[in-house]
Amino acid sequence: MSAAVGLTLGPVLFHWDAEAWRDFHFRIADEAPVDTVAVGEVVCSKRLPFLADHLPAVVGRLEAAGKRVLLSSLALVTQERERRWTAELASGSGPTMVEANDVSALAPLAGRPHAIGPFVNVYNEATAAWLAARGARRLCLPPELPAASIAAIAAAAPPGLAVEVFAFGRVPLAISARCYHARAHGLAKDNCRFVCARDPDGMTVDTLDGERFLAVNGLQTLSHGCANLIEDAPRLARMGVAALRLSPQRCDMVAVARTFRAVLDGRMEPAEGRAALARLYPAAPFVNGFLHGRPGAEYVAATAP
Amino acid sequence: MVPNHRRVAALPPLLTAALRPLPLAPLQPALALALRAVLRRHPRVLARLGGHAGRRFGLDPTDLPFAFVLEPRPPAPRIAAVRRLPRRGLDVRIAGPIRALIGMADGSLDGDALFFSRDLVVEGDMAAAVALRNAIEGDGVDLIRDLAAALGPLAPPAERLLRGGLGLLERLARSGAGEEARAWS
Amino acid sequence: MELICPAGTPAALRVAVDAGADAVYCGYADETNARNFPGLNFSRAEMREGVAYAHRRGAKVLVAVNTFPRAGAVGPWRRAVDDAVQAGADALILADIGLLDYAARTHPGQRLHVSVQAAAANPDSVRFYVEAFGVKRVVLPRVLTVAEIAAVARAVAPCETEVFVFGGLCVMAEGRCSLSSYATGQSPNMNGVCSPASHVAYRERADGLVSRLGGFTINTFGRGEAAGYPTLCKGRFRTGPATGYLFEDPVSLDAAALLPALREAGVAALKIEGRQRGRAYVEGVVRAFREALSALEEGRPFVSPGLLSLTEGQSTTQGAYRKAWR
Repeated sequence: MSAAVGLTLGPVLFHWDAEAWRDFHFRIADEAPVDTVAVGEVVCSKRLPFLADHLPAVVGRLEAAGKRVLLSSLALVTQERERRWTAELASGSGPTMVEANDVSALAPLAGRPHAIGPFVNVYNEATAAWLAARGARRLCLPPELPAASIAAIAAAAPPGLAVEVFAFGRVPLAISARCYHARAHGLAKDNCRFVCARDPDGMTVDTLDGERFLAVNGLQTLSHGCANLIEDAPRLARMGVAALRLSPQRCDMVAVARTFRAVLDGRMEPAEGRAALARLYPAAPFVNGFLHGRPGAEYVAATAP
Repeated sequence: MVPNHRRVAALPPLLTAALRPLPLAPLQPALALALRAVLRRHPRVLARLGGHAGRRFGLDPTDLPFAFVLEPRPPAPRIAAVRRLPRRGLDVRIAGPIRALIGMADGSLDGDALFFSRDLVVEGDMAAAVALRNAIEGDGVDLIRDLAAALGPLAPPAERLLRGGLGLLERLARSGAGEEARAWS
Repeated sequence: MELICPAGTPAALRVAVDAGADAVYCGYADETNARNFPGLNFSRAEMREGVAYAHRRGAKVLVAVNTFPRAGAVGPWRRAVDDAVQAGADALILADIGLLDYAARTHPGQRLHVSVQAAAANPDSVRFYVEAFGVKRVVLPRVLTVAEIAAVARAVAPCETEVFVFGGLCVMAEGRCSLSSYATGQSPNMNGVCSPASHVAYRERADGLVSRLGGFTINTFGRGEAAGYPTLCKGRFRTGPATGYLFEDPVSLDAAALLPALREAGVAALKIEGRQRGRAYVEGVVRAFREALSALEEGRPFVSPGLLSLTEGQSTTQGAYRKAWR
């Protein structure tokens, strides 16, 4: 098994208390065996000011700890202030790489090393190659891609392009201009009172028959099931995937990262890793159907490698 | 609750009851002729159905005392009149007032709209149901014109006669609906 | 403003052209377009015939190749581009960066439009596609207000903007939604289907009609209540604070009343959704909008098309075009 597969901590997608957000990243810097950490607000521009105060300290602490930091851009850019924020972020001249989550960030990043986040549609090797030629160095693929697509993209990836796969956390499924948190609470988006902060792990969405189904995070809709590709990690490593992305949920993410690391390093059996993760994050069942070309809500047990 | 703008009226129950004693046997050759007529003029219908041509479709005009079982599978597409749709062996059941079913087959009514208004009830293999609808739509099937065309030189008067019959159906249904509305007021 | 009309089948194409479409949009019968429904769309021969029919009557044909090519198997998408060009398409509607690049390099003279599936929701994204691939028009996602549309149209000129004015309404940013594949394994981006019929089941129960998608209950409709498509985002769900239409009611977009504002905003083309709909829908909606546009151009009083009976859930919204929608 390749020990070369790295771990990336994705951006916190939920609206966490700003101090908790900062302290979470400080602990990641100090303790988590991740190589790369993406930080920044991806979902809602109204949350941006809360993080902005702590962002420099978080980036500094992570980089001092030897982590590669990616500055994540917004996934949906419609309003003027969102355009300005995205343009500022993407045209910044600092040494920290930007991770583009919307096409609007691509033009200012052209010609400079940057990352492509899972919210930019890269479904095939032609698009990956085109982006790499413009300076993309890292590429986190959309979570709905099946293994065959991941393998084809990774196999054809030009040298210098690291292909990453979304491997843990509730799966981002959709983004909208409409805020479903505000709507569920009977509020207007402009007067939302940040009700999304009440659900730091996402607001549970059940079917009328009471089946757990989705999770709402403001403008974003995620799966109820938590992606977990730990049993698929050996296969992903063989495909040439360069990194697995762990998306923060309300659980011990340091321990989650250590578990993935142990499995990737061959110190823990994948099945044992899955059991360990189930203890760390009991809030939702695990899903990996997308990888297996099945409905994303399913979990397909690993076959013998 | 979103209000429902029901548009397709069903035939009056009295008429339905009056039709009940009629034998089905004489209907059979007419149905076979109609199916052949449509497919002769629209050979691409079967291509559009693709694999779904092998399905058994139950067509149930809820305001008539009989129903149809359609099996479009080439090379011998079949349609049969039955008193009641069988409980087993059907892949799809499409039910609604006869005017709605004919409206789909002559392109004058939109299948989705009929479904939204609950005029149409579809159960079973939805992909097959959608394929059938699109196959009929796609080649511009117009049941009335296609039937009339089968009569060759008599086509124009036949089409007038058939459309007249359809209009009568419509008026009968509307008068029935009107009675019902008055009964409620 | 041009009127861009849906054609899921050759019959619908002829009806749309005859009813006054300036252009129709359509796709090949496979995964290369975003309405890959059973029995729908065009064979190669039908596309050539359709283009000829439209051109004889002065209408254009825009061919949508607007799903994202499958990794390791991009061939069918490139062939769709090549064949559409060869069939005489007036423009190609594309979403994938790699495919836009292929089309721009292989067919440099061909007019290219950015599909709504590319979710180019701001001037910077539009300019990116203009500069990189020379696109001439962008179809804007249904997430913008009229004021935002006006700002985009001004900022990206001479690139044209096209907006949806009628029909089904995506509440999520288009091309960035995996809700369907989460429940069914089939996605708009990869398979060209959303909430595919093959995974839908309806059941009449004592309490009404139950719709299920991929095994998940999406909605129940009471007796006599108008129904909608079994799409996830138009379903009823339970959350802590509320139970009901969490994402959107089963409604259709109807922006007919906004035509003057859209003209003012500098929009070049108006698009009617509904390649999956029948001839009756195409005929009714196209004729109504043609009449509304003529009235607008001649300064006559505006007549509401009155198309309620054709709409999903039999009710309409102006969607994101009104800011309060958010």
